[in-house]
Amino acid sequence: MKYLGKKFITLIITLFVVSVAAFLAFQIIPGDVVTSILGTEATPEREAKLRAELGLDQPPVKRYVNWMTDVLQGDLGVSYRYSKNMNEMMPVSELIGDKLPVTLWLAALSLVLIVVVSIPLGVLWARSRNHFLDAVLGVVTQTSMAIPSFFLGILVTYLFGIVLKWFIPGGYVSYRENFGAFLGYLVFPAISIAIPKIAMTARFLRNSMLTEMRSDYVRTAYSKGCSDRRVMYGHVLRNALMPVVTFLGMIIAEIVAGSIVVEQVFGLPGVGRLLISSISTRDFPVVEILILYITFVVIFVYFLVDVLYRVIDPRISNR
Amino acid sequence: MKTNGKWNKYLIAGLVMTIIAVGIALLGAFWTPYSTTAMSAAEKFCAPSLSHLFGTDNFGRDIFSRVMRGVGTTILISGLVVLISGIMGILIGALTGYFGGLLDEAVMRLTDAVNGFPSILLALVIISILGSGRQNVIISLGIVFVPSFIRIVRSEFIRLRDADYIARARMMGVGRGRILFVHILPNIFSTFWVSVMIGFNNAILAESGMSYLGIGVQPPDASLGNMLSDAQGYLALAPWYALAPGLTIVWIVLGFSLFSEGIRRLQG
Repeated sequence: MKYLGKKFITLIITLFVVSVAAFLAFQIIPGDVVTSILGTEATPEREAKLRAELGLDQPPVKRYVNWMTDVLQGDLGVSYRYSKNMNEMMPVSELIGDKLPVTLWLAALSLVLIVVVSIPLGVLWARSRNHFLDAVLGVVTQTSMAIPSFFLGILVTYLFGIVLKWFIPGGYVSYRENFGAFLGYLVFPAISIAIPKIAMTARFLRNSMLTEMRSDYVRTAYSKGCSDRRVMYGHVLRNALMPVVTFLGMIIAEIVAGSIVVEQVFGLPGVGRLLISSISTRDFPVVEILILYITFVVIFVYFLVDVLYRVIDPRISNR
Repeated sequence: MKTNGKWNKYLIAGLVMTIIAVGIALLGAFWTPYSTTAMSAAEKFCAPSLSHLFGTDNFGRDIFSRVMRGVGTTILISGLVVLISGIMGILIGALTGYFGGLLDEAVMRLTDAVNGFPSILLALVIISILGSGRQNVIISLGIVFVPSFIRIVRSEFIRLRDADYIARARMMGVGRGRILFVHILPNIFSTFWVSVMIGFNNAILAESGMSYLGIGVQPPDASLGNMLSDAQGYLALAPWYALAPGLTIVWIVLGFSLFSEGIRRLQG
């Protein structure tokens, strides 16, 4: 418990550091937001009014405190770029709320694919006495790890979209309209994110199993007369999966990063695309919130993995 | 080239692939079969043939020539990124690892925070502050990759600072700077080298990802990433346009990772 408490404090500190860094970073950028929003309609009065409205006339420390208090109360601020109608600016929460499910479903689907494919593959690989299969899997995984996810996305689009016509590239269906069709479309970007990670995880599981197979308890189990099957699935796999859980946790950050790029390839209206477009249009309130949000998700998953790890492996629970 | 009397296949395959890639990059810096920017309306979307090995693109430019130039850009940028972040990592990692204390604690918390962050995301944020372009890609990725090097160097320095030979050197009155960089540093290179190679591969993937997203190297400069993003629109019409730069990235990354795997096995 003491360990988890310490971890939790680290989590809070990290979030604080990231929020300060995100806030500071966008303070030092050259160029004035107010003049760029108003453009040619700028008059000194209007500029002053908008500046006060956005709270930009206050000193930085006060602005950070205000921003943070608002965020903690659920008010994420307004976008500089998008407006709701003529007089109202678009709240960031509305802008993000719509896109969040797309990214979360994409990440979840990718993770499911990774787990479902890589674990049987790793077991098969570790058990293969067949040198040919061993060599083939070695080459295939090594190659798939070298493919960047956006190129994989393009290959998937070409193969499944253009040659086989299993889906229409760019034919995204909103989850509000038809959830089944939405998931059906998401499968293809999820495959593009998952393939390199499947290769990594299968490789990792295989090495972990090969190490376990050499340990004493395996020899003991065999000498007791356990069947090959029982030794493999009852003993070796259980122990070998332990480090894989940590590994999968580490991969979450990469799945998130991968989805930022892959959303672009498949034209998915997710958080990643919003982030890229907000960066290129310098819509900083949106960028700041997205950074905080993604950091939070990633760190929180790390924390969960830590907890989970202690639950599966009692040996380290009271360190 | 041999490990335990057996040919080290990884090392050989990796070395051959890397030498070809670097050779093409070097050649491409001085000579390409066609101009990389000259457009020709008559030769739009030619399929790969003997005169245009990888075909031509939507402006009738020779894709092979552009790939040659793009490989150079990618390798140069990634090399500089690893150079910058490697040197920074050695300096910071050596000081924090050897001396420990409050500075070490602060730096470790900071690298923890950065490590939890998807690397391409951090690079995007830095780019959004600095603006896009070749130089800023190098700076932002350089910053992003420093923490991973700090970690490796730091842990090696912690391991070696209490070694007997270091204690003796200290007793003989050797200065701190000399202990750090003459006595310890050469001994961490075998470990450091592997992480440099992994870093180089990650830099290639990140750089091409950034130019694919349109925030890296800007056109008309050829880069593998932005060729892919142009090619995506013509996938049905000219699949070779996307395949050429894409497979080239895979070639470079695969070659380098086989090479580093070979080195790792060589070290035992």
